[in-house]
Amino acid sequence: MENQWYTISVYSENNIGLLNRISGIFLKRHINIESLNVSKSEIEDVSKFTIVIFATENWARKIVQQIEKQVEVIKAYYHTDDETIYQESALFKIASNLLFDERQIQNIIKESNSQIVTVARDFFVLSKTGRRHEIDEMHDALEPYGIMQFVRSGRIAVSKATMPITNILAEFQNQ
Amino acid sequence: METLRAQKKESKKKTPIRISGAEAIIHCLLAEGVDLIYGYPGGAIMPVYDELYKFQDKLTHILTRHEQGATHAAQGYARVSGKVGVAMATSGPGATNLVTGIADAQIDSTPMVCITGQVPRHLLGSDAFQETDIVGISTPVTKWNYQITKASEIPEIMAKAFYIARSGRPGPVLIDITKNAQFDELDFAYEKCTGVRSYKPVPEPDLKAIEAAASLINNAKKPYIVFGQGVILGEAEAELKALVEKAGIPAAWTILGLSAMDTDHPLNVGMVGMHGNYGPNVLTNECDVLVAIGMRFDDRVTGSLDTYAKQAKVIHLEIDPAEINKNVKADVAILGDAKQTLDLLLPLVKKNDHSEWKNEFDKKYQIEYDTVIKNDITPTKEGLTMGEVIEQINIASEHKAVIVTDVGQHQMIACRYAKFKQSKSNITSGGLGTMGFALPAAIGAKMGAMDREVVAIAGDGGYQMTIQELGVIFQHNVPVKIVVLNNDHLGMVRQWQELFFESRYASTVMTNPDFVKIAEGYHIKSRRVVERSDLKDAVTEMIASKDPYFLEVKVEKEDNVFPMIPSGASVSDIRLK
Repeated sequence: MENQWYTISVYSENNIGLLNRISGIFLKRHINIESLNVSKSEIEDVSKFTIVIFATENWARKIVQQIEKQVEVIKAYYHTDDETIYQESALFKIASNLLFDERQIQNIIKESNSQIVTVARDFFVLSKTGRRHEIDEMHDALEPYGIMQFVRSGRIAVSKATMPITNILAEFQNQ
Repeated sequence: METLRAQKKESKKKTPIRISGAEAIIHCLLAEGVDLIYGYPGGAIMPVYDELYKFQDKLTHILTRHEQGATHAAQGYARVSGKVGVAMATSGPGATNLVTGIADAQIDSTPMVCITGQVPRHLLGSDAFQETDIVGISTPVTKWNYQITKASEIPEIMAKAFYIARSGRPGPVLIDITKNAQFDELDFAYEKCTGVRSYKPVPEPDLKAIEAAASLINNAKKPYIVFGQGVILGEAEAELKALVEKAGIPAAWTILGLSAMDTDHPLNVGMVGMHGNYGPNVLTNECDVLVAIGMRFDDRVTGSLDTYAKQAKVIHLEIDPAEINKNVKADVAILGDAKQTLDLLLPLVKKNDHSEWKNEFDKKYQIEYDTVIKNDITPTKEGLTMGEVIEQINIASEHKAVIVTDVGQHQMIACRYAKFKQSKSNITSGGLGTMGFALPAAIGAKMGAMDREVVAIAGDGGYQMTIQELGVIFQHNVPVKIVVLNNDHLGMVRQWQELFFESRYASTVMTNPDFVKIAEGYHIKSRRVVERSDLKDAVTEMIASKDPYFLEVKVEKEDNVFPMIPSGASVSDIRLK
């Protein structure tokens, strides 16, 4: 089996230490977490972890089984990129003078469909939301001009298919 | 805290009483039916020990000589009694000394609750004296853990701890309690936990899967059962026996499944795994249907997975969904508690007889008997063998003893040759292979089954890892029988060095102390056997003793345990010599 990208979605209680417990499952199997996002989910009190790994399906499945085994985890799933709608966000901090001195910068902003979040005397900040490769391409385009700071968020994703979790969570809400 | 609420709370609330957190912990333990705990005091747990002093008529605390001993004793207690074992320690080194036992309980699915003291809430993260992040450290080896920082959390968290430790696939739970939470007062009322919303301990059995399994079993020519500890934990011994007898299926055990079925049952064909029996290993690759019950296909059971039971349809009865398809792909997976699923399967299975197939096991047994067993149990050479000692224990105890083993050659020999009539009688560190397990675990086992004979068997290596627990045996006059099979080596490692490292005995030769004198130092009756002619008498005397008894048997220094599946080899390639 070949390695590919998997998005692991974990619905869990929002408790201290659970992140450590979940990340330990990857550590124990020597699998790197490529991206991690923790947020609230569609249900109050229920957290959602979105974890991206590059691994075989066999490992993705076993890891999901181990995650789901944890007492405070409600349900976990894995999906391929084709099965999800996913995005990442990135911020680029760039010297303000480039905006005026380098004509190409303005083209990059337009072509990349990114937004200017703020402009100050010394720097301006670009925000880009999209797929990882789109952000990579924008990064590569801007890099020759100098990037003062760069940060990218973890992947966030929703599944294309209905999550069977919905009914389980609905029961939670009614409790 | 809101998210930790338990399900289905009983409506009738008891009137709360105003007590300290430390006293609340004692009330929680009593409410859970705990009457015995093992532990070691220290600064951060002192308020709880102060309450233990006040409640000593209701709750016995056994001071082990090391916190690791407390965990193994709690494990031994849990494994013979089926109840939750409890260990307690202070913060820092007290807590970290528990980790080996917790890891052992995790991999061998033993219900245990560990309570550790912690520095006060306001000192957390300040590198205070004896502060250690035991919740962080124990996370990968606990089923669940939690740090209590407020006294008011105690009843609910303790109830949850016991519920999680004992339900579903059991395991260890660690509760870390800051010192302020022990001193502070709370309005105490206890309600047992009956459910945790994010946790489903026992999956619902799938009737379609059970039907599919029955059909495979009914049509099988060479069906074969391998059972593990799931049968013991699920108290499904009678159901297993009924299935084996009705369908006429030969059944073998994993090391932790041992004693779930009478070792003398005609359809009990022996042990699988690295040092298991010849037939049960080789015939794994000849059966047509493999029924795995409450076992997890550990690498020591399967050898190389690429060549394991590839010809067979695999039916896997298992309580833990994470075990399905983890190591061996199941053609039919039956999730659920072993007792429940076997009960559902049994009526669908046709009465059958597979004596021709069973005959294959008998033939293989004869080969193993002639090349290995005969020489182990009834040796003709001068040196004593471990096997003949086990055989004498079988005879003297009439197959009724609880046998607690350490880790290594003696463990494999004991598990190969010990005879059992009753379940929950074989206590050993299977998954983790923790040397030093036997002596403290035997203390716990004896206290968990006072009416039974408990024999600890250890090698000279493992015995010295927790030898200080002789102090507990002496102080409380715990009538366990201790047998050290002394070959002056770390025998199993030495065996591997001989077979795979051209006999380079790196750090496996032991210069040992006078074990008899050490036991005598603890006022434990002792005897040493160096001649075969003394063995029977010594073992008989030991078993007959009403008091603790230590027996050292000087065995052949360089004996090997066979059969053996070399690491990574196929079960078919098991070596008889």
